[in-house]
Amino acid sequence: MEKKTAAVSLRHITKAFGTKVVANKDVTMDIESGEILALLGENGSGKTTLMNMLSGIYHPDSGQIYVRGEEVHISSPKDAYDLGIGMIHQHFKLVDVFTATENIALGMDKQKAKSNRAIAAAIREICDRYGFDVDPDQKVYNMSVSQKQTLEIVKTLYRGASILILDEPTAVLTPQETDKLFAVLRNMKADGKSIIIITHKLNEVLAISDRVSILRKGEYIDTVLTKDATVQSLTDAMVGGKVSLDIDRPEVKDKQLRLSVNHLTCLNKYGVKALDDVSFDAYGGEILGVAGISGSGQNFLLESIAGLQDTEKGSSIIYYDSETNKPEELVGLGVPEIKEKGIALSFVPEDRLGMGLVGTMGMTDNMMLKSYENGFIFADRKSPRELAYRVKDELEVVTPGISTPVRRLSGGNVQKVLVGREIASDPTVLMAAYAVRGLDINTSYTIYRLLNEQKAKGVAVIYVGEDLDVLLELCDRIAVLCAGRLNGIVDARTATKEEVGVLMTHLREEGNSDG
Amino acid sequence: MTGFVSLFQAAVVFGTVIMFGSVGETITERSGNLNLGVPGIMYLGAIASLAGSFFYENSVENPSPILCVLIALVAAFLASALGGLIFSFLTITLRANQNVTGLTLTIFGSGVANFFGGSLNTLAGGVGQISVASTSAAFRAGLPLISGGSGVFSQLFLNYGWMTYVAILIAILSQWFLSHTRTGLNLRAVGENPATADAAGANVTAYRYLATCIGAGISGMGGLFYVMDYTKGTWANDGTIENLGWLAVALVIFTTWRPKNAIWGAYLFGILYWAYFYIMGLTRASQEIFKMLPYVVTIIVLIMISLRKKRENQPPEGLGLAYFREDR
Repeated sequence: MEKKTAAVSLRHITKAFGTKVVANKDVTMDIESGEILALLGENGSGKTTLMNMLSGIYHPDSGQIYVRGEEVHISSPKDAYDLGIGMIHQHFKLVDVFTATENIALGMDKQKAKSNRAIAAAIREICDRYGFDVDPDQKVYNMSVSQKQTLEIVKTLYRGASILILDEPTAVLTPQETDKLFAVLRNMKADGKSIIIITHKLNEVLAISDRVSILRKGEYIDTVLTKDATVQSLTDAMVGGKVSLDIDRPEVKDKQLRLSVNHLTCLNKYGVKALDDVSFDAYGGEILGVAGISGSGQNFLLESIAGLQDTEKGSSIIYYDSETNKPEELVGLGVPEIKEKGIALSFVPEDRLGMGLVGTMGMTDNMMLKSYENGFIFADRKSPRELAYRVKDELEVVTPGISTPVRRLSGGNVQKVLVGREIASDPTVLMAAYAVRGLDINTSYTIYRLLNEQKAKGVAVIYVGEDLDVLLELCDRIAVLCAGRLNGIVDARTATKEEVGVLMTHLREEGNSDG
Repeated sequence: MTGFVSLFQAAVVFGTVIMFGSVGETITERSGNLNLGVPGIMYLGAIASLAGSFFYENSVENPSPILCVLIALVAAFLASALGGLIFSFLTITLRANQNVTGLTLTIFGSGVANFFGGSLNTLAGGVGQISVASTSAAFRAGLPLISGGSGVFSQLFLNYGWMTYVAILIAILSQWFLSHTRTGLNLRAVGENPATADAAGANVTAYRYLATCIGAGISGMGGLFYVMDYTKGTWANDGTIENLGWLAVALVIFTTWRPKNAIWGAYLFGILYWAYFYIMGLTRASQEIFKMLPYVVTIIVLIMISLRKKRENQPPEGLGLAYFREDR
C-alpha cells in the first residue's frame, strides 16, 4: 500500500452483466477512515454496482479489494458485515411486518445472538450516541420513509460497521430531513467512521463530503477535494464535457384556462382522505409544478384528472377544450368516455413499465395501445409503426429496433418512448409524474426541453416532481401538497426552496390562498 | 350426546390428516415457496408408508410393531421430502413457475401413488386385498396409561391413535419455532422479503430448500396417517387424499399462516366436513352441499382478513416469487 493505509482500497475492479453490459471497468480508488466520500456519477455509471461489490451483493469479475490493507474476498453480505462494511440501500432492506428490533436481530450469528431486550437496549444506546430517534418496538410498516432509513443506519451500526455506504439517501427525504441526516453523518465521521454517499445531487455533494470520486459509464474518472470543486466542475467531470446547467423557462403571453379543479376529495383504500378539498386552476402555456413529500396525494391528483380514480361528492374537474373553449366536467367520466369525448389529456405516469407501457411489447405495439380501436376488423399497424420511428429519431431513443421489448431499454429510453407517445397525441393538458426519476442529466434535460416545447405550444403542463431545485427552475407556479391538502401555490420565480420545504411539511391553518 | 361424540371423533381423525398437511405447508409457505403439490406429496407419503410396511410385513413371520412404525415413518418422510426436493430444485434452482410446478407435482404424486397402489393390490392378490394390519394396529395404538377410558372425556380426547397427538405436538413446535427462534425469524424474513434476508446474511436458497423439504415431509405424514389410521392400512383408489390435500392448502389460509391455529382449525374443518352425516333427512345431493362448508369458511376467512387489512395476517410478501440475487 502506498502512504497510510486506506479503510478500503479498490484495485482494477471490473464487473459485467451478461456479455454486453459492462457496469464497472478497471476501477481503482481509495476510501480513508474518518472521511465522507461522495461517489458521483450519472445513472448507469456503475456507482451502485461498484458499492454492491463491497457489500457482497455482487462479486467482481476481476480486480482486488483491500480492507484496512488486507486483501479480502467478499462473497456474501455476511462477509461484508464481518469486515465492518454496511450498506444502506436505496430500497430499504427491511421486513415490513417485523419490529425494529426483529429487523436488527435478523440473520445474526448464533454466537452473537442476544435476546430481543438486549438488542432494544443497544438500539437506544446507539440512538443516544449519534442523535437518532428509533422506537425498537415499532413495526416497520408503521414507519415513515425517514424513520425506515434511520433504522437501516442503526442496523448497520449495531452490527459494528465502520464503513458505511449510503445509496441515494436523500432521494426520499424532505430538505429538513436531509439536514438531520447530514448532521448524523457528521457525528459518525467525527467518530472515525468512513462514509461513502452515492448521489447525483451536486449541492448535497458540496454540502456534506470531504472528497468526491467521479464515475462515468462504469469507468473511474477522478477524485477531487470537495473544497476545490464547484457545481460546474463536477458536472463537467460527470458527463464528460461542458453542459449548460440552466433550465429554460420561456414566458408564454396568452394564457388560457384549461383545467379547473374544485374541491377535489379522494379516499384511499383504507377510507382515509388521500386528497382533501383541493382546488386550483391550470393554464395553457404554463408549467404547474406539484411538490410534496412522496405519498402526499400527488398520484391521486393526477389519477383523478385522468379518470382513473373515484372521487368524493362535491369534487369537480372542469376541462376547457383548446379550440372551442367548451367546458366539460371530468368527474364521473372513465378513461373510455374521456377518450370518446375527444378530451385531449395525456398522462405520463410514475410507474412507467406498469401503468405507462407494456414491458414485453416493442415500441410499435406500445404506440398502438392508444389507437388499437382504429382500423376495420384488423388493427391499423402502419401509423403506430411510423409514430414509433418518429419518436425513435426525434427523441434519440437508443434501441436495437422498434420491436425490441421496451423492458430491455434503459430507464431514460423507456421514458422517452412514453413521453414521445403522450406528446404525439397533441394534448391540451399534459400531466407528468416524476418524469425524470432515475434519469441521467442529459436525458432529464431532454425531458425538460420537451415539456417546455409543449408549454410554448399552449399546452397546460402539470409536472409532479421531487427535486425542488428543478421545480423552482422549470415551473411557472408550484402547488404544494401536504398530507392530501393543497398547502399553498407559490410563484416559482420568486419562491425559495425553504419556503416550499416548509409548505411540504407543515400544514397551514384553514383559508389557503393562491400565492 | 353419542351423536356429537362420534361426530367429534370423526372430525379429529379427519382433522389430523389435514393438520399434518397444513402445518408442513405453512412452514414451506413461510419460506416464500407456494407449494401447491400438497395433495401429491400426501399421496407420496401414503403410498411409501404402505409399500414399506407391506414388504416388511410380508418378509417376516412376526412383524415387530416398533420396526413397522419406523419403516413406515421413514419411508413416508423420505418420499414426501423427495417431492419437496423436486419442487425446490425446479422452482429455486431452475426458477420455474411455482404454481405450475406445484400443480404438476400434485398430478405426479397422485399418478405415482395410484399406480403403485394398484400394483400392491395385485401383489396382495387383487383389488382391495392389500392390508398392512400389523403396522396399522401399531399406528392406531393409543397413548400408554391415559388411553382406554370409557368416560365421555376419554372418548372425546384420549382414545385416538398416538399420531393424533404427534400432529398437535408438531403444530405447537412449529409455532414456537416460527415465532420464538432466530432461525424461525430468519425463515419468516426469507418468505417476506428474500432480498432483505439475503443482505442480512441469511442463506435464502438453503432456507427455502430446507423449509420446503421438511415441510413436505411433515405434509406427507398426513398421507401416512390417512392410510394407517383413517383407512386402517388399506388402499383405495378413490381420490380422497387429493381432496384432503386441497383442504390442507385451504387450512393454511384459514390459519393465517400460523400452525397454532391449525390445531383447532383442522378439527373445525373436520366437523364441518362430517356435519352432513349427522343431520337428519339429507339426500345424496344435499350432502354434497355440506361437504363444501370448509371451503366456504376459508373463503369467508379470506374475505375477512382482506377487509381487516391487518398486516400480520396477510400471506408472506414473497410468497410465490423466485429470488435471484443478481436480478436487475
